[in-house]
Amino acid sequence: MERPTTVILAHNILSPLGATSQANYESVAAGRSGLRLHEHPWHLPEPAMLSLIDRHAVAGDGSPCFFEQIALLSASQALSQAGIDAASPRTLFILSSTKGEISTFRPLHASAASIASHFGNSNLPLCVSNACTSGVSALIVAKRLLECGAYDHAVVTGADVQSPFIVSGFQSFKALSTEPCRPFDRDRAGLNLGEAAATIILTAKKPAPGEWTLAGGAINNDANHISGPSRTGEGALRALQHALGDFDTAQLAFVNAHGTATPYNDEMEAIAIHRAGLDAVPVGSLKPHFGHTMGAAGILETIVSILAVDNHTILPTLGYANCGVSHNLNILQHKETTDKRAFVKMLSGFGGCNAAILCRKEDA
Amino acid sequence: MTHTVTLTSEGLCIVDGVTMPQEHRGQELLTHLYRAHVGDYPKFFKMDALCKVGFVASELLLAAEHHGAVDQRPGYGGSQRGVLLFSRSGCLAVDTAYQATIQDPDNYYPSPALFVYTLPNILTGEIAIRNRYYGETNCILLPQPDPEAIDALVRATLESGDTSSLLTGWIECPNPDNYNAELTIIEAPLQPFNLKTFLPQAAN
Repeated sequence: MERPTTVILAHNILSPLGATSQANYESVAAGRSGLRLHEHPWHLPEPAMLSLIDRHAVAGDGSPCFFEQIALLSASQALSQAGIDAASPRTLFILSSTKGEISTFRPLHASAASIASHFGNSNLPLCVSNACTSGVSALIVAKRLLECGAYDHAVVTGADVQSPFIVSGFQSFKALSTEPCRPFDRDRAGLNLGEAAATIILTAKKPAPGEWTLAGGAINNDANHISGPSRTGEGALRALQHALGDFDTAQLAFVNAHGTATPYNDEMEAIAIHRAGLDAVPVGSLKPHFGHTMGAAGILETIVSILAVDNHTILPTLGYANCGVSHNLNILQHKETTDKRAFVKMLSGFGGCNAAILCRKEDA
Repeated sequence: MTHTVTLTSEGLCIVDGVTMPQEHRGQELLTHLYRAHVGDYPKFFKMDALCKVGFVASELLLAAEHHGAVDQRPGYGGSQRGVLLFSRSGCLAVDTAYQATIQDPDNYYPSPALFVYTLPNILTGEIAIRNRYYGETNCILLPQPDPEAIDALVRATLESGDTSSLLTGWIECPNPDNYNAELTIIEAPLQPFNLKTFLPQAAN
């Protein structure tokens, strides 16, 4: 019997740029950004450029914290389109987050349980916490569990909210820019942090024409340093190679990079993309629109990339002007059109982890 | 054989089913085990409590698997071996320590040396760096060490094809003086090994 493939049934993005995937895509395509300068966020001494969800615009639903509220809203909206039984023992909820509601030290396993039980699901919920690669790592975990038949459906929600804990930590690392971030640019000066929740609902089956599949995915470590990206891009290269397998890279519409706009991350990714032989493929980053949304990033950026391909569009990298990495990547300043039906999403994070997934749209 | 290590702050240290009696407890036990069984990796002293526990436990485990130099260990320099760890509290201990550095506005000194450890997967990176594993590393948080869930995740990882052996298990370190780690190595194709009898009973 042919092994089933992981198919995307529904998705949602909740961010400062909108409460649906479509609204977020339209905002990005129009060149909008959720980033704003905050002079003293949470009374911290230093300013920070952040993309924050308006606390007042999110309707309260009785959940104990803002983090769970946005995760629930995103999962609910995606479930309303998916036509699956959220309470079924054959449905698994997976949360992807780096810090959850760290402002109250609420444990992530408790947030994962609270989200699953909201939908009447009594399976043991999982929280994938693999630093900035959490979102793609969670999609890969879901893909494997579905393809081996452990579950019929997976609801994968990635979320993170900002707090003095996270912002002060990145400031202590000197990793933040107070300007809008400029991935891969010569004048890039660091990353911006952002808030979002995003959900992808998956099943394993034979894909129908026009459906999106998670065709490949891999996680690989640099084995180099817990906070410094590899100088050779070893882990990111291996993740790219494993995720692509024997896929014809001439069929890739683009590579959606992690592209945080820190000097070392973008250089590391450029080396990995070059070593993987993908110099000619358009490369882009969505961080100038959303900031780095941490545990949400892999899921959010995968969804925006799906809608870009659905709209035959390769999105530009906002703010990019001059190449600032050692390989001359194909980074766009303006939108282009494409008829290709596949892309790769890359992520890298602390702990030396790197992840990549290959997403394909079945022929019509 | 399947190699296993159990290590707790109360002084329980069992390697491949053989109890190694310990005089020390808590953090002193970790330092003692490091000096007695590792000794050549000063980065140990920079690690947070969770990483010290996981590092020492992984060293005992990997030394039981292969007696000899680190670069001769199975999986060294390749991507076939992964590290997949499960925890309830993750990096809570260092989260608490970092929060203390930003709590008081009059004594605000956010510490990058602590902040870098405030992710539960840093431990998987420390083990990968030590053993030059380019394979998969991941960390999954669960409310308790549920053997069925862990078994399903280990199985799914090994069946996916990229990873042929996993350093895996349960690790808890909610504060530096209270820890337990239960680590093992599981190879593909899966051997008959009952995680249920190995993992600790559901934590309260």
